[in-house]
Amino acid sequence: MADIREARAAVVRRVLEGDGESSRVQRRGAFDDAELAEPLGTLMHKVALHSSRVTAKDIDALRATGMSEDQIFELVVCAALGQANRQYETAMAALDAVSNGSEHAPRDSR
Amino acid sequence: MRLAILDKGHTVGSKVLFAVIAAFSGQRVVDAVKLVMYRPDFYGTPMKKLVHEAMRGPSAWSVADRELMAAFISKLNECEFCIKAHGAVAERAYGEGSTVSAVLANLETASIAESLRATLRMLGKLTREHAVDADDMRAVLAAGASREQIADALAVGFGFETTNRLANAFEFFVPGPKAFEAGAKFLLARGYR
Repeated sequence: MADIREARAAVVRRVLEGDGESSRVQRRGAFDDAELAEPLGTLMHKVALHSSRVTAKDIDALRATGMSEDQIFELVVCAALGQANRQYETAMAALDAVSNGSEHAPRDSR
Repeated sequence: MRLAILDKGHTVGSKVLFAVIAAFSGQRVVDAVKLVMYRPDFYGTPMKKLVHEAMRGPSAWSVADRELMAAFISKLNECEFCIKAHGAVAERAYGEGSTVSAVLANLETASIAESLRATLRMLGKLTREHAVDADDMRAVLAAGASREQIADALAVGFGFETTNRLANAFEFFVPGPKAFEAGAKFLLARGYR
């Protein structure tokens, strides 16, 4: 069985807790798809739930507020990872509920 | 690419590597590579490790099946770059193109194992509705997929639910078929590390 537990924890920890150009509070808000000031909130929500509808205007609106490209890069990454993580955890919980397994104590060993 | 830093903001070392790749492959470096090579400590390096494990780590699913899952999720997320990139890898891994095109055209009528169909159906619901429940999992188990196979499919899902969003938000350039053929050869030979 492929084992992404450590790798998933590592990438999430890195983007949320490591150094960056954006603040940790902003990155956490993007990851959680939380209520954020506009125009950041619109872009982050689109990345999370309707990424194919993101436009150049959404990005330009953030640039116009003085946000750097590095900050935008970091926050979009956080929004994408956050939604993927929510979906993964929801699905694993559903799987555990019917198979008596646990991601933290897998029945098979490698 | 909507952010100039992702297109041209790499270190000199990375730019040299891009030139070498272009010289050997005859293709410009694709935006997926540019993304993971930009400030790789922030995202690219830890994410490549995760995606490699999901796509090439030990699993009862074949590499072809997992690449098909990636292409299928990408279709539902409307990510043209990723559909073509992973569709090409899956076709090459299966040794033919009809399975990939049939699944992407109509999952319910494609000639594939029921366990794979049920797994893709569950991944599709997770992608469209952002959630699945215990009944969805019971249906996949009843179709013959093991718990471990479902977990492996969800690991693929984690990788591509993330990657699709980034490709869409940053607007990855979609090159011609030769670039995807070259990429498929590379990804089958070397994986995602």
